[in-house]
Amino acid sequence: MKPKLAFFDFTGCEGCQLEVLNFETELVELLQHVDIVNFREAISEKGQDYEIAFIDGAVTTESEIPRIEKIRQQAKILVAMGACACLGGVNCLKNFHPMEENLKIVYGANACEYVWYYNTIPARPVSAVVPVEYELPGCPMNRYEFIKLAKALLLGKKFELPNYPVCVECKQAGNVCAFDRGEICLGPVTRAGCNAICITNGRRCWGCRGLVDDPNVNSEKEILQKHGLTVADILGQFRLFDGYLEVSK
Amino acid sequence: MTQLNINVHHVTRVEGHGNIIVNAKDGKLEEIRWEIPESPRFFEAMMRGRNYEDVAIIAPRICGICSIAHATASIQASEAAFGVQLSEQTMLLRKLLFNAETLQSHVLHFYFLAAPDFLGVGSVFPLASTHKEVVLRALRLKKLANDLADLIGGRKTHPMACTVGGFAKLPEVSQLKTMQQRLTEAMDDLKETVKLFKGLNIPNFIRETEYIALNDPKEYAFISGDISSTDTGTTPITNYLDMTNEFCVPQSTAKFSKHNRDSYMVGALARFNNNYSQLSSAAQEASDELGLKPICHNPYMISVAQIVESVDTVEDSLKLIDQLITRGLKEEKPDVKVKAGRGIGAVEAPRGILFHDYTYNDKGILMEANCVIPTNQNHNNIQKDMEALVPHIINETREEITPMLEMLVRAYDPCISCSAHFLEVKFI
Repeated sequence: MKPKLAFFDFTGCEGCQLEVLNFETELVELLQHVDIVNFREAISEKGQDYEIAFIDGAVTTESEIPRIEKIRQQAKILVAMGACACLGGVNCLKNFHPMEENLKIVYGANACEYVWYYNTIPARPVSAVVPVEYELPGCPMNRYEFIKLAKALLLGKKFELPNYPVCVECKQAGNVCAFDRGEICLGPVTRAGCNAICITNGRRCWGCRGLVDDPNVNSEKEILQKHGLTVADILGQFRLFDGYLEVSK
Repeated sequence: MTQLNINVHHVTRVEGHGNIIVNAKDGKLEEIRWEIPESPRFFEAMMRGRNYEDVAIIAPRICGICSIAHATASIQASEAAFGVQLSEQTMLLRKLLFNAETLQSHVLHFYFLAAPDFLGVGSVFPLASTHKEVVLRALRLKKLANDLADLIGGRKTHPMACTVGGFAKLPEVSQLKTMQQRLTEAMDDLKETVKLFKGLNIPNFIRETEYIALNDPKEYAFISGDISSTDTGTTPITNYLDMTNEFCVPQSTAKFSKHNRDSYMVGALARFNNNYSQLSSAAQEASDELGLKPICHNPYMISVAQIVESVDTVEDSLKLIDQLITRGLKEEKPDVKVKAGRGIGAVEAPRGILFHDYTYNDKGILMEANCVIPTNQNHNNIQKDMEALVPHIINETREEITPMLEMLVRAYDPCISCSAHFLEVKFI
């Protein structure tokens, strides 16, 4: 029996589902070993009989809570894909403005009368609502990490995310340090696994893979001081993808 | 008495969530609704108070499928606000990156999302065993487009190498040459694609409407030019609000639009209808072969227009790479001096014309934003198409009517996540 997989989208850009479709050659191979029974973006069938559920997007409306709970009841294994599902992601930026204010701004003069439709709640990651077995962080998730997890699940092997910062991979890539280019970089405290793709492309790390376990905050502070930056500077950067951490504390 | 009730909850093989509701009694249509229940995300609120560099990182997250279009519209809006001058190299690279997304998105749509309807299957996945060659060809084209986007933009989904004022990383000439080779080979795959779609039975449904797209006298426009309407001619992008006239409807978290008529269409067919004469000769040949002629009023032909555009995109990319190799690539530092002001960026996302409108303070912090999404502009046209189509097929069975309506929605290649993520926000 091939294991049955299902994909469900919550509030997000569906970019992580797209990453699954972006496997090209590997996708054909994967399809020989699994049955995809539910994947609204790509297939018409809507099967409710599945063992492994992949979730992309954050929980941001009341109606999404019973929906994720129902999926949790059915799935033996629940996997959160991407920054929105794992961390809340950019969706949490709205949490920093009081919801009444957001609604007032949006539905102010001449706006929609249909406020009932927008049952919006503060954005949160999937794990804030139901237990999650595996997380594939990143915005978007790294599709090779998805394949690694798929293989591990099929073979019954262990899967672990790297537990060291992006700096390690960045050094291996031979990049000039973004701090030395005068940028604020979250690489020193962000979980690796992306091959430091943003710094390799001439930019900096925005922390889309979330914090490494036990981040070396003091070392980051030292780096900040050395470059004349403050904790406030870096908090603003963290809010881009990791704002939920700050609010939930 | 015969009662017909159709309720398609969450149409599949489209990006985002949409419902189709039809109620009829004794062959008489009582109600028809195209509903958008997507969760709103308040993107304008998310961008508020962020500096222009962060805005360019947040904006692509509106949509995984058209993240390059959102990144480009965002960057161009900021550049317009600050009065940034761009180098020729930046424009060439930006167009090349844009072409990559257009090709990727079109291939995804006509092979993965639309074609299964015509081949009588629920998705592209079973085709992997029954039509292996078709699937491998689709994957090859998609991979080429993705690799090109990775090379120029750093990453297909949510690019980061493209920045306000330029590019943070340049491709190597050798990499461009490899890409040139692969693009040349892709023309054969596109010819096979034309053959495949020529043989498919596309529903014949005609409803005249207004078609709106960017128009640039210099080229088949994707990232430059004025707004052009088949009804009313051209107007600068700064007048976009007069074209889009967004309004709210009870069944949708996304806004609807209208301009000169009840509704208008944007996207591949709207571009084709406005700018046909600027397509490359190979693209025009493909459109002849596929029986697509301007002005075409059949919305089911949108997928066909996407194939024609794919041919044009590959040809244009070959030209752009030629120019880049000939002139050589050199590092350029973006020349950005922030100042207070408003700027508008307009691009042709795969699904149609997209506007980002930003107002910055003198520190380069975003104070106000408005974004008008192509799918929002199409929602009303989809509704009007359904209202025109259903009376013609009302005596058919539910099993026949439902797929016709689903195919109609899919033809528009809607990107519903995008469309519901924008509710006009005025920042106080």
